[in-house]
Amino acid sequence: MKPVLEVANLRVSFASGTRAVRGISLAVQRGETHCLVGESGCGKSVSSLAIMNLLARGATRSADILRFHDTDLLKLTERQMAQLRGDKLAMIFQEPMTSLNPAYTIGSQMAEALTRHRRISRAKALDRAAELLERVGITAPGMRLAQYPHQLSGGLRQRVMIAMALMCDPELLIADEPTTALDVTVQAQILRLLQTLQRELGLALLLITHDLGIVARMAQRVSVMYAGEVVESASAEALFARPTHPYTRGLLECIPIPGASRRDAPLGSIPGVVPRIGPDFKGCGFRDRCAHAAPICAEMAPLQHAAPNHDYLCRLPPDWPEAAAA
Amino acid sequence: MLQFLLRRALLAVLVCLTVLVVAFVLTRLSGDLAISIAGPQATAEDIATIRQNYGLDRPLVVQFFDWAAHAAQGDLGRSYLYHAPVAGLIADRLPITLTLGLSGLAIALLVAIPLGILAAMYEATFVDRAIGIVALIGQAMPSFWIGLVLIIVLGLKLQWLPISGVDTWEGYIMPAVVLAFSAIPALMRLTRAGMIDALASDYIRTARAKGLRPGRIVLKHALRNAAMPVVSVAAVQLGFMLGGSIVIEAVFALHGVGYLAWESISKNDFPVVQAVVLFLAVVYIGLTLLADMMNAVLDPRLRTA
Repeated sequence: MKPVLEVANLRVSFASGTRAVRGISLAVQRGETHCLVGESGCGKSVSSLAIMNLLARGATRSADILRFHDTDLLKLTERQMAQLRGDKLAMIFQEPMTSLNPAYTIGSQMAEALTRHRRISRAKALDRAAELLERVGITAPGMRLAQYPHQLSGGLRQRVMIAMALMCDPELLIADEPTTALDVTVQAQILRLLQTLQRELGLALLLITHDLGIVARMAQRVSVMYAGEVVESASAEALFARPTHPYTRGLLECIPIPGASRRDAPLGSIPGVVPRIGPDFKGCGFRDRCAHAAPICAEMAPLQHAAPNHDYLCRLPPDWPEAAAA
Repeated sequence: MLQFLLRRALLAVLVCLTVLVVAFVLTRLSGDLAISIAGPQATAEDIATIRQNYGLDRPLVVQFFDWAAHAAQGDLGRSYLYHAPVAGLIADRLPITLTLGLSGLAIALLVAIPLGILAAMYEATFVDRAIGIVALIGQAMPSFWIGLVLIIVLGLKLQWLPISGVDTWEGYIMPAVVLAFSAIPALMRLTRAGMIDALASDYIRTARAKGLRPGRIVLKHALRNAAMPVVSVAAVQLGFMLGGSIVIEAVFALHGVGYLAWESISKNDFPVVQAVVLFLAVVYIGLTLLADMMNAVLDPRLRTA
């Protein structure tokens, strides 16, 4: 089956020389949730903005393939891209406090997403907005439509953002940490909603998160990002069953599991921070924080297969965890 | 909102009182009215008579409260030189000043806002720099000088426009353009700065993610958020144009309020000076209040706060 979104060798660099994204590849199928995981500053958000062609000025992108269905996004003019954005291709941002325009009502901002792309009256668009607000769990949607962003809490604003992204029934939704600002019950409700929409509409979801609990719950496929690269990519089951890249293993060790973790044993952590990657950077981006680093890691990090459809970017052989344990 | 308005009104009254006192004291410090009315040939006796007739022999405090009490009832006194009620003198000259100020502001906004938007959209490019240099040159040229250059080129050499008076509407063009010139650089820079902030904000990214057209993003989503400081400063600029156009009115021989102020100051016509200063204070207060109210319309956060 042809994927809804196909990305190969996507690169983004900033005017400062920083290489924020260094050749990532991924694909999202219809009805599938693909999670992009990694810590702050690893290039998750920049990658998603690059796909949408929403990068800030001074950032440039390039790719071998950037395709939405059969449309080559690299060849579209900004005008043609704008026709896709908000319609078939929608995005939710992680900053709910600042992502809505303070000068306009919720209703006005939601309605224009629909009237931009469809021949529909404003009144009908507002009906649709009210319906979606109700679906994301907002009570009294009619009242909310007439309110301004500053009258809403962060959680409500994020739900408005989610509802707004759904106005045109998108085929691909890129959600950048959509539930980070929400409390746990609302978070569960939003995730359930996204799953329902996937079932009903065949929505393809590229979900960016640092929360492995959400990955376990939502993802069919996972790409783990580190320092601008996808360091491991696998199905969700394979990734949790056999994490192969040292960084992925480190991430999983950071999660406390009730009952399984011993109270007196320290919880895992990965020392250090994501390095800044300049134009001349060579080798593995994780080597300074990796317990298994060797001299060769300063030169290269080869792409290896742990299993079919399970790739990782490291010098270590696929069976190294077993060998280390033995 | 009501509390906000009440507080503003109270503040306005206090400002008016302060201006009254300052205007009154300053005019008394600047010379003896009786001497200038009496003329150079007058005897000391004539001057004493005039002083008594005009009530200038009373203590200053009494004079002030007498004048303030009348002003509060709308009676601004009579001009010593024109022998006519001051209110009438101002009212006669107001249409010229108002037309001049409003058309000057309109021209300034029509030029400054589009230029500011363009400069912000093409920030740090050739367009931005070119607009910045034009604004700098505009700011560096004194308005009386621009006025004279325009008179020489457009009025005398090319004879396109009348060089003085406002017998036809064309007489307003040059003075209004000169007034606008002095307001454009500040308004342009404010628009540019506000638009740069707005265009870099998260809600503009959201608007782009919705696929909105660039025109709508810039004019609807960004401009409204960038407009507030522009509105505030435009109100002050208009106040300046209504009261501070003395030089322009002199250069173009327009008999507006500014000209009246200049004339009365140079001839020690206290009641007129005091009235014009009071009038301008009221205009400034009114305009700032108007600007605050317009900003409350622009930004809903100000309405509920």
